[in-house]
Amino acid sequence: MDETLLRSLTPSVLAVLVRRGADFAAAEDAVQDALVEAVRVWPADPPRDAKGWLVTVAWRKFLDATRSETARRRREGRIDEEPVPGPAPAVDDTLQLYFLCAHPSLTPSAAVALTLRAVGGLTTRQIAQAYLVPEATMAQRISRAKRTVSGVRFDRPGDVATVLRVLYLVFNEGYSGDVDLAAEAVRLTRQLAAAIDHPEVAGLLALMLLHHARRASRTAPDGGLVPLAEQDRTRWDTAAIAEGVQILQAALARDRLGEFQAQAAIAALHADAPTAEETDWVQIVEWYDELARLTDSPVVRLNRAVAVGEADGPRAGLAALAAIDDSLPRHTAAVAYLHERAGDLTTAARLYAEAAHKAPNLAERDYLTRQAARLNSRGRH
Amino acid sequence: MAKYLLLKHYRGAPAPANDVPMEQWTPEEISAHVQYMRDFADRLVKTGEYVDGQALAPEGTWVRYDGEGRPPVTDGPFAETKDLIAGWTMIDVDSHERALELAGELSAAPGAGGRPIHEWLELRPLYPASPTAPECHAGG
Repeated sequence: MDETLLRSLTPSVLAVLVRRGADFAAAEDAVQDALVEAVRVWPADPPRDAKGWLVTVAWRKFLDATRSETARRRREGRIDEEPVPGPAPAVDDTLQLYFLCAHPSLTPSAAVALTLRAVGGLTTRQIAQAYLVPEATMAQRISRAKRTVSGVRFDRPGDVATVLRVLYLVFNEGYSGDVDLAAEAVRLTRQLAAAIDHPEVAGLLALMLLHHARRASRTAPDGGLVPLAEQDRTRWDTAAIAEGVQILQAALARDRLGEFQAQAAIAALHADAPTAEETDWVQIVEWYDELARLTDSPVVRLNRAVAVGEADGPRAGLAALAAIDDSLPRHTAAVAYLHERAGDLTTAARLYAEAAHKAPNLAERDYLTRQAARLNSRGRH
Repeated sequence: MAKYLLLKHYRGAPAPANDVPMEQWTPEEISAHVQYMRDFADRLVKTGEYVDGQALAPEGTWVRYDGEGRPPVTDGPFAETKDLIAGWTMIDVDSHERALELAGELSAAPGAGGRPIHEWLELRPLYPASPTAPECHAGG
């Protein structure tokens, strides 16, 4: 049984239940129950119409749950108020679910968890494992999120930008446990791109594909980080790169530039270079200028300074870095790198070690420590 | 989303405001303290922010490798150890500010006289997983 196919049906099945008048939280639970049932039953007895089967079973689960809830409330002498089925919304249901799960009233972690469950069809246990928290904690995070959005109207269009931020967060989490969150983010963004025609959705999908294409080459066999310049380019997924570039070009042709398209353009220029030396740094600097204009982010200015160092030489890069707040993450690492390029190996070694202390994660810390060690041990071989 | 360790020290932290050792509290005050810690953990589970919480015995032993085919060398415990960790609570929160807020709450656990201990807790961020994107040109 194809579990990805099964999960891809989640949002449309859920939307059918909501359209029939089920409240979101109860409908979401019922769809999860139906998915579990499908995993159990389908291998021996596959249905002809997978979606129809899921809708039938989920609706039955919903009715069962509602009936026992109604009975409980009757026993407790409370008045039964069933929701009145609303009119069918005209907008795309899957899209509405993305908006709901990324609603601005949710914290980022709540939006991520709810999106993975209600749109992605992952179980609470899978999401908990992926984020390395106990299942009970994740269950509460999800049920709180559902309560937070319970009063939100399902038929109102939302802001695509909030959805994109949530998907980007999922993509960036990488993976631990048995769920590949980066691949899941690609799948959910692809599904979103099919539901809405928006150049930034296409831009994010292109960006993810271009980064994902390089994943195998990004990690050494010992788990260490391999920087872009040293990656084995024969291990890049050329089909994913081609798809990413094609999606990006179509988006750029519409002349509504946004942050994700600009980032994807930079990723595409890297992916396009047969060797690191052949990278078109001049164009990359130009894209960083666009990106700085769109976001005014200090991180973008930092990356731009490093690109300047490649395009115009390390001295120019260091001059650009000098104008940027040196408390930014990776600032010291960038200065160390450009000093090494400029031939000042002693300073570079000292700065790499300093950068390692400030590294934002373990892989980067180990990488920077190794850079310092490499320079410190020169001449000892 | 980031994970933090709230470290509680037997020794090594600056002295708290309500600095009466536990053995001089009343049994009711000890119960109230323990209940406060339990309620704190329960509340974190409900907010979807709890990861783990453990208490450590004060007695520890130093252990090290002593060469091929030899049993490990052990030493201690050392009475003079300056810093002694008593236990931890691990949380998974949306911001550093939220981590500070929760540490502040935990530090308000009641002690002697039912008043908050104002205990100093050490807040340590865990390294997050390496991000998938984007590569830093210099760092990797």
